[in-house]
Amino acid sequence: MAAATETHQAIEAVFRIERARLIAGLARMVRDVDKAEELAQDALVIALAEWPKTGVPNNPGAWLMAAAKRRAIDGIRHDRMRTRKHTEIASDLDHERDTSVETLEAAMDDDIGDELLGLIFTACHPIISAEARAALTLRLIGGLTTDEIARAFLSAEPTIAQRIVRAKKAIGKAGLAFEVPRGAERAGRVASVLEVIYLIFNEGYAATAGEDLIRPSLCAEAQRLGRILAALMPDEPEVLGLLALMEIQASRLAARVDAGGAPVPLPSQNRARWDQLLIRRGLAALDRAEVLGDGPYVLQAAIAACHARARRADDTDWRRIAGLYDLLRERMPSPVVELNRAVAHSMAFGPEAGLQLADAIAEDAALRNYAPLPAARGDFLFRAGRLEEAKIQFERAAGYSRNARERTFLLERALACDS
Amino acid sequence: MRVMVFVKATEDSETGVIGAQHAEMFEAMGKYNDELVKAGIMLGGDGLKPSSHGKRVAFDGPSRTVIDGPFAETRELVAGYWLWEVKDMDEAVAWVKRCPNPMLGPSEIEIRPLYEMEDFGEALTPEATAIHDRVRDQLEGR
Repeated sequence: MAAATETHQAIEAVFRIERARLIAGLARMVRDVDKAEELAQDALVIALAEWPKTGVPNNPGAWLMAAAKRRAIDGIRHDRMRTRKHTEIASDLDHERDTSVETLEAAMDDDIGDELLGLIFTACHPIISAEARAALTLRLIGGLTTDEIARAFLSAEPTIAQRIVRAKKAIGKAGLAFEVPRGAERAGRVASVLEVIYLIFNEGYAATAGEDLIRPSLCAEAQRLGRILAALMPDEPEVLGLLALMEIQASRLAARVDAGGAPVPLPSQNRARWDQLLIRRGLAALDRAEVLGDGPYVLQAAIAACHARARRADDTDWRRIAGLYDLLRERMPSPVVELNRAVAHSMAFGPEAGLQLADAIAEDAALRNYAPLPAARGDFLFRAGRLEEAKIQFERAAGYSRNARERTFLLERALACDS
Repeated sequence: MRVMVFVKATEDSETGVIGAQHAEMFEAMGKYNDELVKAGIMLGGDGLKPSSHGKRVAFDGPSRTVIDGPFAETRELVAGYWLWEVKDMDEAVAWVKRCPNPMLGPSEIEIRPLYEMEDFGEALTPEATAIHDRVRDQLEGR
């Protein structure tokens, strides 16, 4: 039996493991995220009072759920069933008045993960803006505090708090059921969840503003979300595709910046510093995804895998990458994909091929003031020996860049055109 | 952070005999592994055959001596491992505590955090990092 000396720290660690599933189960029951969070917190307070005496119970998740449910019933009775909605819930609860740990344990084992998945889909519902979805997901599933989320996104805490409040209100107003969507709606909703996870990952991976190029904790959080999702939805190719993409991109985190904090482009990265464990996991997820189907994330993961498989930059199969970009632009048309395609073609077929494709998108409004476009053109021109034109492009790119480290890097490339 | 979680061997695990008496434990362990995967923390793991299948290489100056298993000090041997990605040591401990006993009798599980770049802190100057990287390059045969 557990020793009766559990510290608050140990209890909070147990709670952190259970928190998301607890909120998920409670939200489905009371149809209110705010209330569910509050009840989960109440359950923690009760555990902090009880467990130091009794030790952590064998199934802490079921114990916490039982405590929270009892608290919910008490609260509803206390409210004297003011509204009809509450009456319904109270009568529902009366039917399952048996909130014993054993009963709950059995019920929770039945749909392990299903409620959590329901919560993820609700937090990522397209009625909420993508930024708010990301904040709410990090709060409810990742268990981050508002302050932690604000620091991760370089936002003010009140801004994030406001976003979360509004998102919760939108969920309540729309009467969302905290369930996994089925049928025709499903594909779109899956895409909405994946968009949020990748947004969180990218915010960490390619910090768009500020001094640090990478904020790895957001990457780790996104990877964890991706792994949870892949375990709960093992038959969705795009879920596995996104997981593969994130694992492979994250494998390069240590090599992406040098000791001084400056960015290191892919061809110059020290590949010995790539995390082989993450690469293996990424390639395995990609294999499973490709058997199930394809889609934008699967294709992007396949491209990332081409780099991961190359032991040295010169071994990169650029023709295959160029071919994958040709497919990707059909599945996911976007000026950024066109630009990356131009880079791939320049590597596979020479800088002139890259320039030709880059010129075709040079006037695209979406790429106005977008640093990577002149940076890529600068690179093509540099490799074609057209140094004066290259210099202009690098300087233009530096002017557009919002990241201090990246700007320095681009200015150095401009300087190198003088020699 | 990453942690390596070692399941320590017992006299029973060192026999290498797997029978009906282990069925219940295997089932419980299967459920536990499923939970680890669904929590998104499991990066990998496996069980190891008893040390009678293993070998050791002893180093002393230029000499290399191969020692065949089984090895003594049973309780110090490793019988299995997981590699987890967790937020902190508290989370790792909380997960290990809910592991079913991996052995028939009393047993131990050991949690060891992996070194990460930050751990080297001041010790790893840019110059030291450069040397480190160069060595790695050489190891990679470049």
